[in-house]
Amino acid sequence: MKLMLRVAQGIVRKPLIASVILETGALINIERASIDAVSGEIVLDVSDDKCRQVKDAFERRGVDVVLLEIPVMRNEEECVHCGACIAICPTGTFRFDDWKVVTDPGKCIQCGACVTACPHRALQLVLR
Amino acid sequence: MEAEKSLSEINERIRDGSVRVVTAEEMPSIVEELGPGGAVREVDVVTTGTFGAMCSSGVFLNLGHSDPPIKISRAWLNRVEAYGGVAAVDLFLGATQPSEDKGIEYGGAHVIEDLVSGRAVDVMGEGVGTDCYPRLEIETTLHLEDLNQALMVNPRNAYQRYNAATNSSDRTLHTYMGTLLPRFGNVHYSGAGVLNPISNDPGFEYIGTGVRIFLGGAQGYIVGPGTQHSPETGFATLMVSGDLKRMSSEFLRAATFTRYGPTLYVGVGVPIPILNERLALSTAVRDRDITVPIVDYGVQRRDRPVLRSVSYAELRSGFVEINGKEVPTASLSSFHMARRVAGTLKEWIERGEFLLTEQAEPLPRSGVSRPMKQTKELPYVGDVMNRDVVTVGENISVPEAARVIVGSRFDHLPVVSDEGKLMGIITTWDISKAVANGNISRVSEIMTRRVYSATPDEPIELAARTMDIHSISALPVVDKDNRVIGMITSNDLSRLFAGRRPR
Repeated sequence: MKLMLRVAQGIVRKPLIASVILETGALINIERASIDAVSGEIVLDVSDDKCRQVKDAFERRGVDVVLLEIPVMRNEEECVHCGACIAICPTGTFRFDDWKVVTDPGKCIQCGACVTACPHRALQLVLR
Repeated sequence: MEAEKSLSEINERIRDGSVRVVTAEEMPSIVEELGPGGAVREVDVVTTGTFGAMCSSGVFLNLGHSDPPIKISRAWLNRVEAYGGVAAVDLFLGATQPSEDKGIEYGGAHVIEDLVSGRAVDVMGEGVGTDCYPRLEIETTLHLEDLNQALMVNPRNAYQRYNAATNSSDRTLHTYMGTLLPRFGNVHYSGAGVLNPISNDPGFEYIGTGVRIFLGGAQGYIVGPGTQHSPETGFATLMVSGDLKRMSSEFLRAATFTRYGPTLYVGVGVPIPILNERLALSTAVRDRDITVPIVDYGVQRRDRPVLRSVSYAELRSGFVEINGKEVPTASLSSFHMARRVAGTLKEWIERGEFLLTEQAEPLPRSGVSRPMKQTKELPYVGDVMNRDVVTVGENISVPEAARVIVGSRFDHLPVVSDEGKLMGIITTWDISKAVANGNISRVSEIMTRRVYSATPDEPIELAARTMDIHSISALPVVDKDNRVIGMITSNDLSRLFAGRRPR
């Protein structure tokens, strides 16, 4: 399961991930991170059994945590199943199934590459 | 004797409901099983279909006359300019025209989709003012039904096949072939392969002027060869026409390729009557029989390098090999929708709603699309570059490099290997920074290793674009062995333009 963390200004310099790993013992994989002086946006991958525990641990530290259950939002009216999203996705979220584009939940890291690559503007990130 | 039948026999079967129609996807296994003769006896019509970005598309619109009347010279529909130089109230709206307020996110294609979807469109026109057409301006809001005619006329649709695209360069490219990731990160292709109309009749045995087709969800016609029709190279095209008022937004879909522009996804399907064994054999074509070059869009020239040839079967497998590496593939046209086109056309024929027409003449079987004759050419890098470039070796010290740069005309100093090959570049800023930090070691430690360069045979426009994209002011010019032979700077280019284009 993937978690998206929104880290606010006051705590962005703290070793949050390290302390959560030590507390929970969870094997955390950092999929994407963009951190600057005032905030951070981080996408983590955590095994399903530790997911709840890790989410709670971050929330206790004041981090806003969103479970990425839906990979990206797709407007079914606009999608023509062309496939322009498939090869540009860094995590392989999209694939053809009998020439219709299907999404695999749990792979998306909310990078937005597909949003600009979709010629029909059918894709949208969950939190934007 | 070879099996044959006539078009009128087939149309008789369409009328009495006994016609046997299959899609071009089903035909190969039928021909394999029954042989061409058996397939002629078993199948009457093969339906084809394609659904992809077809930039060369548009509509002629007749607005009707206003009171007082106006001869429109310029016109806009939802702020997208349409060509007004056709009589008084005829306009041609092209699919790729961007809007003046929303840019490329809304264009001619989107106006066409809005019209087909029954939405209102704001029309603005400027007139010339004549004794017979005194009015100077018009503003109105129209629906598709308010127009006298809305005729789709697409100068180039349904390419026989299309080059696959990849990108060798170091940056992501945004093209009409979609997002092309750097260093051969992906391959994009377009075209329906086995279902493609012309690939199922490449000899134009049936396909020709006057043939009734599926266009955008309605019946349309082949006008003739499309623009850039290039049958000798296997890139034939169709010019098609149809009544927009009968079309459906399921099969006409506006799109925008990021940093390229608007385009229209069009559904085109051609029925192919199985009149003889030649047509049975040509409609038995499979994805593996249709090959296209994989072209490197990282080289921004008309004649882009071809990396290899690939079949639609390989492209559609999801991976192709380039230089020993597995590269993911994806399509930009929709095979799902191409199936919908071929399937819908099949249903129309089976229900007796669509009769096949005789071609008035076949499409031209000879000819190739020629490049542009360019009579006013900007110079090449080799014509403008400074040949008295000074270079340094990797092992000289920073103070030595500082002395060289002070004595030269440039702010940039290419660093070369013993063989004269470009290894890096240092600027006056790099040297100042090194000195300020007390770092006065060798230049190889402070140089930028990822150097952008130009070649003498590239047009200066490309060198200017490279400098612009990477915000740099000079490029070393290298020969084919990567040896530094000159330098081109933004000053050279601005001097050139100042001289050529006085304000």
